[in-house]
Amino acid sequence: MINSTVTELSAALAAKQVSSVELTRLFLDRIKGLNGQLNAFISLDEKHSLAQALVADERRSRGQAGPLTGIPIAHKDIYCTKGIRTTCGSKMLAAFDSPYDAHVIERFGAAGAVLLGKTNMDEFAMGSSNETSHFGPVRNPWDLNRVPGGSSGGSAAAVAARMAPAATGTDTGGSIRQPAALTGVSGLKPTYGVVSRYGMIAFASSLDQGGPLGKSAADLALLMNAMAGFDARDSTSLERPAEDYTRELKLGLKGLRIGLPKEYFGEGLEPDVRARVTEAVRWFQEQGANTIEITLPNTGLAVPVYYVIAPAEASSNLSRFDGVRYGHRAKDYADLNDMYRRTRAEGFGTEVKRRILIGTYVLSHGYYDAYYLQAQKVRRLIAKDFSEAFSRCDVIMGPTAPSTAFALGAKTDDPVQMYLNDIFTIPAPLAGLPGLSIPCGFDAKGLPVGLQIMGNHFAEAKMLGVAHRYQQATDWHLRAPKEAPL
Amino acid sequence: MSLTPDQLQRIAHLARIAVTPQEAPGVTDRLNQVLGLIDQLQAVDTRGIEPMAHPLDAQQAVQQRLRPDAATEPDLRAAFQAVAPAVEQGLYLVPKVIE
Repeated sequence: MINSTVTELSAALAAKQVSSVELTRLFLDRIKGLNGQLNAFISLDEKHSLAQALVADERRSRGQAGPLTGIPIAHKDIYCTKGIRTTCGSKMLAAFDSPYDAHVIERFGAAGAVLLGKTNMDEFAMGSSNETSHFGPVRNPWDLNRVPGGSSGGSAAAVAARMAPAATGTDTGGSIRQPAALTGVSGLKPTYGVVSRYGMIAFASSLDQGGPLGKSAADLALLMNAMAGFDARDSTSLERPAEDYTRELKLGLKGLRIGLPKEYFGEGLEPDVRARVTEAVRWFQEQGANTIEITLPNTGLAVPVYYVIAPAEASSNLSRFDGVRYGHRAKDYADLNDMYRRTRAEGFGTEVKRRILIGTYVLSHGYYDAYYLQAQKVRRLIAKDFSEAFSRCDVIMGPTAPSTAFALGAKTDDPVQMYLNDIFTIPAPLAGLPGLSIPCGFDAKGLPVGLQIMGNHFAEAKMLGVAHRYQQATDWHLRAPKEAPL
Repeated sequence: MSLTPDQLQRIAHLARIAVTPQEAPGVTDRLNQVLGLIDQLQAVDTRGIEPMAHPLDAQQAVQQRLRPDAATEPDLRAAFQAVAPAVEQGLYLVPKVIE
């Protein structure tokens, strides 16, 4: 049952083969057995989870169950939850009890899903390896000496290690897709504005977007049906009619136009990653899809643009952590300014402070035009590259990350090397576009490789259909790591 | 472009983050690495390009949604203050700012 997809668990619940309480207990036991090794979860509340499961079972017995009723789902600890602490991976919020639930938490609650626990993450979602968490690194279930990727590393590791059937994450520059690729699970970053950011602790507001992680594309579609939708409390939430994200799962592949950007297959790509992605693309060609070589000429500028815009927005968003209204406050200080300075020096970790300082610099007098405004202009060039590409193709395929999972500590001393690891995931959010990562095989070390599928704005259903067709013919997404037995 | 020690302290002051003299050299080194990365943008010709502040502004008219001018938020002061480091009589306490 731990290896089942959400779709299968939903059928098992409907057929009364298992109850939500039994299912929830099964995964809670698995978490307790594995979390010491993997550190994928920050907080659990068994009583709360089992009480929700009981309510779900009662709802089902009244004939009011939906597809997610009774399904346990893990949530990234960036989503505010009333009654269970919300840390955002930071000392600043290590004891923070949110007075309200995030919109995404409300939506899963309304669907009858069970909150299984809060997953570990890079501090304030700033990182690509889950090593910046105040609560320690998450380990990759495929190799405990390697990182699971980040920042939604706990969610990805939890799904990979079968500690949760599915999980939520957030993606600013790749934080859903890159950990999905490094742990062999599926993950979707939706179009900007599709999932409400209300109660999702802000990092970079023009980029942040919540999304699901799970075993299969079909599961992601089910989760999207619950997560997506208009919310007046997020000023950038889009007012669009509700979508059924499962509607294109039977998509025909004949004639599908797949764009292959040459910049995504250049130097610096690990040979095994290139080989697995190329094999996956060949499978689509065999099904009658047409591949078109395209160019996204400004790809190389995406990382520099991102490291101006994201830190600039972060420096503004994180100014709210001042030791006055919530979170950590320093014990000793001379005056108000000193209280701010010490509170923030103590409460934030190295990477978060680095990004706040960069953001402060690029927004400061005399540098704003040269850095921030210039980055916003280059951002438009990157978005134009995509809109030209999507006039010629339906989806774009390439690697999610240039390499498979790297060793713990390998890049912690060199921020620029860590940042460049996100070269293929950063462009889509800069253009507000959706991106999906699905497993497409393994390298010689037995580590999972991710295939990235990008689509035009609001093309999630089609992208999920493309991925689902691949997953019907392959079983990469169903492989489970051997390092994390139980 | 490289940061001088004075510039670092100036930014740290603006960001309200204490950087100790012991930390300063390491922090400066890493910041300079990142500034080296973002300096690549200076070479790009962006004449005539509009800055992009909203990721969907090329797809649709992006404007702030308006709502009727009516109170919609319930009074949650007690709940919000319950998570504050220091409150008294419904007020947030901070160190004295006026002598």
